[in-house]
Amino acid sequence: MDEFGAMDSPAHRLDARAKAVATIAFIVAVMSFPPYELSGLAPFVIYPVVLLALSGIPPAFILRKVLIAAPFAICIGLFNPLFDRHPVVLPGGLVVAGGWISFASILFRFALTVSAALVWVASSGMHRLCAGLERIGAPRAFVVQLLFLHRYLFVVADEGLRMRRAMDLRSAGARGPSLRVYGSITGHLLLRALDRAHRVYAAMRARGFDGRVRALRETESRIGDAAFVVCWIAFFAIARKWNLAEALGAWITGGAR
Amino acid sequence: MSHHIVEARDLAHVYPDGHEAIRGITFRIAHGESVGVIGPNGAGKSTLLLHLNGCLLPSRGEVRVGEFPVTRETSPQVRRAVGMVFQDPDDQLFMPTVLDDVAFGPLNYGLAPGEARQRAVAALERVGMANLQEQTPYRLSAGEKRAVAIATILAMTPDIVVMDEPSSNLDPRGRRRLIELLKSFEHTRIIATHDLELVLEVCSRVILLDAGSVVTEGPAADVMNDESLMLKHGLERPHSLRHKHPH
Repeated sequence: MDEFGAMDSPAHRLDARAKAVATIAFIVAVMSFPPYELSGLAPFVIYPVVLLALSGIPPAFILRKVLIAAPFAICIGLFNPLFDRHPVVLPGGLVVAGGWISFASILFRFALTVSAALVWVASSGMHRLCAGLERIGAPRAFVVQLLFLHRYLFVVADEGLRMRRAMDLRSAGARGPSLRVYGSITGHLLLRALDRAHRVYAAMRARGFDGRVRALRETESRIGDAAFVVCWIAFFAIARKWNLAEALGAWITGGAR
Repeated sequence: MSHHIVEARDLAHVYPDGHEAIRGITFRIAHGESVGVIGPNGAGKSTLLLHLNGCLLPSRGEVRVGEFPVTRETSPQVRRAVGMVFQDPDDQLFMPTVLDDVAFGPLNYGLAPGEARQRAVAALERVGMANLQEQTPYRLSAGEKRAVAIATILAMTPDIVVMDEPSSNLDPRGRRRLIELLKSFEHTRIIATHDLELVLEVCSRVILLDAGSVVTEGPAADVMNDESLMLKHGLERPHSLRHKHPH
């Protein structure tokens, strides 16, 4: 994710605030559709696809990340086909339970929102993203937390990995560690993380930290950024109000319906 | 602050768990001096260093930097004058890019972004790491991290540089570069380390601590040449002092 954040492309050069506002508007619009909607959501694919194309990030990367998160969405929608059994007739004359439609709708929304959010993060880089969030009014404490979570997650994960390896080397081939050992490892990891947090904070205070992380590059908004936000929000509003997929279909088939 | 004198008077610190890490330390370090703080593990070296910029406040006695006693109120001025390089560079490098990290201090002290950037680039050039500006600190090698950590301090133009184990985890080349860098500094330097050869090369004076008290202080070569004293306090007479003849 970090390497992509450091790339340079039209999508990267956009103000982080513009991307934040557009992406949040996108997510709100997608989530506001009624539960059985499918075709109305289709035009929204354009946003993540265009942003992805502008950013030059390999689509396979985003796709992989979406798949990793997919089980969550599947869990959420899993029971819809079981509980919601009222019949719905599909365009081909096929009859399915309504739950299947809402399940598909959940998965579709999930793919849309997660891929948009991923492209947003990957094409901004964590620090620009955080700076953008702060400047559109996100609470400072939250932004600083996010920045540090991103910085130290790997350090703490590495520490946990090393402890796990040291334990494996002395566990005489036993499969998993006992609950007691796991508890101890987690406890140690927590204590170490606390110690580290104290040291990091001391190091920050030593360099004059006062609760605000100041950015070296203050990006100023340009006309292009404003246009980006306005055009996308207009598009989301139109696609939310009218079913563009149906309209397109009707237009192609000469309105014969 | 015109006189960058660091002074401790009867300094003691008791941790909340009751452990008395340092007990009644007194010393005075003059402007531009380079002083090594040596002693076995648990002697109180790190605790002492943390008092020099107000990260810890004394339980008894006081520390003075220039004309200021180090207190909660004076710590912002003191921290500007006393730059501290911590033992683990990962604790010190927390920003997304090297350049952001080095500019962190200058920005906090109110420099405009353009000026802070210039300072940061100059500091990185000073430690030979100007080519790493856009890198993520987490991915650097140990030697690079150490050098960048030193640059974060230099960018704040301190008068006094305090270092805790600066040569730990460095390969010989990294260590050699560090020593040359430290020798080139005109700042007052206070270095706590087990690397006694580094002390011999960089420091004119040493303070030997054990069990939270000053055992002795004096010219580096004299103190460290006393074999029985060194062994008594968990140290060794440095190899280069044993063999005066050239190899």
